Amino acid sequence: MTDDIAAMTLKLAQDPSSLVFLALAESLRKRGQLEAALTVATRGSARYPELADGHDLVARIQSDRGAGDEAFDAWTVVLRLTPDHVGAHKGLAFLSYRNGDLSRSVKHLTRALDLAPGDTSLAGAIERLRTLMTSRAETVSPTEPDRIPVAAEADRGRPAAEITPTLLFDQQGRVLQGTLARADGADASDAVAAALAGVSREAERATRLLGVGEWRAIAIESGAVNYELRTPTPETLLLVMRGREVPAGRLARIADRAVERARQWLEDLA
Amino acid sequence: MSGREQLVLDDVTRIAGVKSALLVSADDGLIVAEASVEGQPTEAAAAFAARLAQRLTVLTRTLQTPPMSLLLLQAAGGQLFVTQGGEGLLFVAITSNDVNIGEVRLALLDAAGRIA
Repeated sequence: MTDDIAAMTLKLAQDPSSLVFLALAESLRKRGQLEAALTVATRGSARYPELADGHDLVARIQSDRGAGDEAFDAWTVVLRLTPDHVGAHKGLAFLSYRNGDLSRSVKHLTRALDLAPGDTSLAGAIERLRTLMTSRAETVSPTEPDRIPVAAEADRGRPAAEITPTLLFDQQGRVLQGTLARADGADASDAVAAALAGVSREAERATRLLGVGEWRAIAIESGAVNYELRTPTPETLLLVMRGREVPAGRLARIADRAVERARQWLEDLA
Repeated sequence: MSGREQLVLDDVTRIAGVKSALLVSADDGLIVAEASVEGQPTEAAAAFAARLAQRLTVLTRTLQTPPMSLLLLQAAGGQLFVTQGGEGLLFVAITSNDVNIGEVRLALLDAAGRIA
C-alpha cells in the first residue's frame, strides 16, 4: 500500500492533471491520513470541478474528519452534477442519521435503493431505521400544535408570562447555563445544544459568501412558540424562547437582555 | 419548474428591498427555481437554508413543538428569510436590512400557500 501511495504521489507530481488523485486520496483516506487525503482530493476537485466523484471523495473525507457541514456541501455539489449519484444519497443519509433526522435519512436511503436495487445493505439499513423510528414514536407522545415546552425548574412557580426559557451553550454543543424542557417536562438541554452547535459557523459562512457581514440573530417561528438564537461571544450561542403571544420585536429585546446577562456571566467566570 | 412557481417568486422580488427569491429542495439545498433582482451567490443561501432547516427540525422535534414555519437570519448588511414551501421545499428570500420585515414575511407565507 505504501509503495502504491508513493507511486501515485510521484505520478501526480509529474502530471498534476492526472486523475490518479482519486485513487491516491482514497488510499490516504483508508490509511487514516485524512488531512493529506483532503489536500489531494480538494486540489483534484478544483482542477476537475465537473467531476462528481471528486466531490464525493471530498465529502467522504470530510465526513471521516467529522466535518459534517463541509461533507453536506460537497455531497450537494455531487447531486447538482449527478442527481442519481448513489454515494451522495448514502452520504447524506448518514449525515441525516448522525443529526438525528431519521425520516430524512430513510428518504435518502430509499432513493439510493431505487438507484441500486441490488444493494441489500441499503434495504437492511432502511428496515433498521424504520424500526428505530417506530420505537421512538411509541416512547414520545405526539406533538400537539399549541403545546409549549415547559419552563425550567428554576422558573416553576413564576407567572407564565414572565418565564423565558433560555439556554447558553458552546460551539461544541456543551451546555453552559440554563435548561430547556420538552412539553412533557423532560430535560432537552443537551439535545438542543447538540442540534444547534454548528449553526453559528454555518451562518458565518453563509453570510460571508452572501457578502452581508456578520450575522446578529436568527429568529424562528414554530407554531405556538418563537425562538431567537444569538451569539453572546464568538464561542457561545444563546437560545431564548417564548410563546407566540410575545411579539417578535419584544422577543428580540428580551434576547438583547439575555445576551447581556450571558456576557456578564461569562466574564465573571473568566 | 412550472411557470406558476416562477410567477410566485417574481411576485416576492417585487417587494422593495428583496434581492432574490428562491425555491429550494429541503433535502439537499439545491435550487429548484429562482428570481433574482441582483446578481447574488444564491447557491450559498440555498445550501445554508436547507442545513439550518434540518437543524431546526431536530430542535422543534426535540422540544415537541410544531415544525418551523418561518426563520429570519439578520446580518449586518442583509437578511435571509426561510419558510416551508410545500412538500420538501423551502422558500428563501435574500433582502436588504431596510426591507419591511412584516411585508416579506406575509409574502413568503402567502407564496408557500400558493405553491402547496
